[in-house]
Amino acid sequence: MNILVCIKPVPDPEKYGELKIDMDTKRLIREGIPSVVNPSDRNALEEALKLREKSGGKVTVLSMAPEFTRDKLTECLAMGADEAFLLSDAAFGGADTYATSYVLAKAIERLGAFDLILFGNESADGATAHVPVQVAEWLSLPHLCRVVEITEEDPGFRVCRKGDGGRLVFAIGKPCVLAVSSGINKPRFINAMGIIKAKKKPLTVWSNEDLGLDMDRIGLQGSPTQPGELITPHMERSSEVLGTDPEEAADKLIALMKKAGGTL
Amino acid sequence: MDFKFTEDQEMLREAFAAFVKEEIAPNAAKWDEENHTPVDIMPQLGELGVLGVFVPETYGGVGLGHTERVMALEEIARHSAGLAMMVFTHQLGMAAILDFGTEEQKMKYLPDMCAGTSICGLAVTEPGGGSDVAGQKTTAEMKDGRWIINGRKCFITNSHCADYPVLTCKTGEDEKGRSTFSAIIIDKGTEGFMPGREENKLGLKGSMTGELIANNASVPQENLLGEIGQGTPIAMKEIGEVGRASMAAIATGIIRGCLEDSVKFANDRILYGKPIAKLQAIQFHVADIRVAYESARLMLYKAAAVKDEGKPATIDFGMAKYYATDKACECARKTIELMGGYGVVNEYAAGRYMRDALACISSGGTSEIQKIIIAGDTLKKYK
Repeated sequence: MNILVCIKPVPDPEKYGELKIDMDTKRLIREGIPSVVNPSDRNALEEALKLREKSGGKVTVLSMAPEFTRDKLTECLAMGADEAFLLSDAAFGGADTYATSYVLAKAIERLGAFDLILFGNESADGATAHVPVQVAEWLSLPHLCRVVEITEEDPGFRVCRKGDGGRLVFAIGKPCVLAVSSGINKPRFINAMGIIKAKKKPLTVWSNEDLGLDMDRIGLQGSPTQPGELITPHMERSSEVLGTDPEEAADKLIALMKKAGGTL
Repeated sequence: MDFKFTEDQEMLREAFAAFVKEEIAPNAAKWDEENHTPVDIMPQLGELGVLGVFVPETYGGVGLGHTERVMALEEIARHSAGLAMMVFTHQLGMAAILDFGTEEQKMKYLPDMCAGTSICGLAVTEPGGGSDVAGQKTTAEMKDGRWIINGRKCFITNSHCADYPVLTCKTGEDEKGRSTFSAIIIDKGTEGFMPGREENKLGLKGSMTGELIANNASVPQENLLGEIGQGTPIAMKEIGEVGRASMAAIATGIIRGCLEDSVKFANDRILYGKPIAKLQAIQFHVADIRVAYESARLMLYKAAAVKDEGKPATIDFGMAKYYATDKACECARKTIELMGGYGVVNEYAAGRYMRDALACISSGGTSEIQKIIIAGDTLKKYK
């Protein structure tokens, strides 16, 4: 089975407290914040590796990201993927989900036919969950999100997804796009032999010169979504001492609650 | 001169750290409290490539070096110095087999040891002392083509879980009447060979330490490691370059624990309306721990690089071991002081760091032994 996994390098979620936003460009300032493979994308890769172990085939990883995140693709190769492609060009920068999914879809068309295209359900930084669905629509493929179980079953897959009231089971044909939830599996650890083998696996970088996409369709220019005004909410709280006598303090407290609209 | 790990080494460190964070860190306090040795984690460490990271691929290893080996130990010891102790002692015996074993011995023992499905160890110390190698009383006599071993080893890490410990035994005397020793691999199931007392240690509790007793234990002749009479050089080389390297790595991991916990506590603890990190008295402690960590790390990885170049590294590791274990005790004390009352509450790891650091001093030779070795070399080198 020929499987493609789309991954996104994101700022380490454990360092979110240190993240800042450039108020002019309205982009995240990533300097000094280590990148990690988006957590649910690791679940997607794990699922692909498990399917390959069962049915054979090949697992390819694709990402649109800055060149400095190349090591995240090497990590995916170390985890067990066979080949990786990085789409990296200044022209892709500032893309919203619409422009991102367009570039990914065009790259997938160029890569060839896949039986299954896997995504993590949403990224830890943006968390829109748009991209898997948008890529599927660009490619005119059937798609499902919030997937928690995938079984290969002729002629396609038996897929369980999380619904609000329980699990929903679908039969979906090949090729298709599935976005997996983080509960689907526990990603394997990268081991030392995997890291050594990763060095010998192909990792190709494509720029827009390779894809030849219209500049009006990509990057900031091709993004219909533009961030609005950024406001820092005021989180200060004022405090008032209600005295040291418990009875008196309780009366004052009740009065304040009533004044604020509370009913007792 | 480049003080950075290579990209591959950094990825390896991150891979080890990810495993430690998920599988070791959440259990470290429990293992310590229950005095539990998590032998069942060894196959996972084998799968990860930690155990055989320095062993060539032919024998089931990863084919990297001692830099990567001590890097893994530092990561493990950051959260569980006790488990790191079990891992390193396993590697100590493996290194003896790798460096001195026959091709048959390497093929027989190392693949399972790299996989973590069999456990190794090196038993030298006896009730008479560890550094007094010549004073060992355990004997191995050749009778009808088999070694008959008698004696008692003590303070042996992995005593009760090692499947194939390597024992040093007296096998003869030289022309001046001095005892000569040989190293022999012994199967755990050998009749007459058994673990004895298990010690209740102060620290390093994720590993077991105890006695190994041989009472007419009969071992095949081919279990001899290296040549007859080579036991002392084997023990000295492996303790000097693998044992001390490992203790330096473990102590460095403990110092990192002190550093990270101190900074977190100093930022979280509010006194006088602000984090105690704003107080100079606290900053002095943090600065001292940071300097100790950076220095211990430089000494450790410099020594490992020397060994990976194939050069003698005993003195470099001796200095790294002496410095790191000494500073680990100092940093653990500073961490406890920085935390005030919380420092002595076992809900925090600072007390465990202190106990682990103290227990590191004697393993692989006390600080005084290291100083004697360092001084001996220094007096020659700087004459």
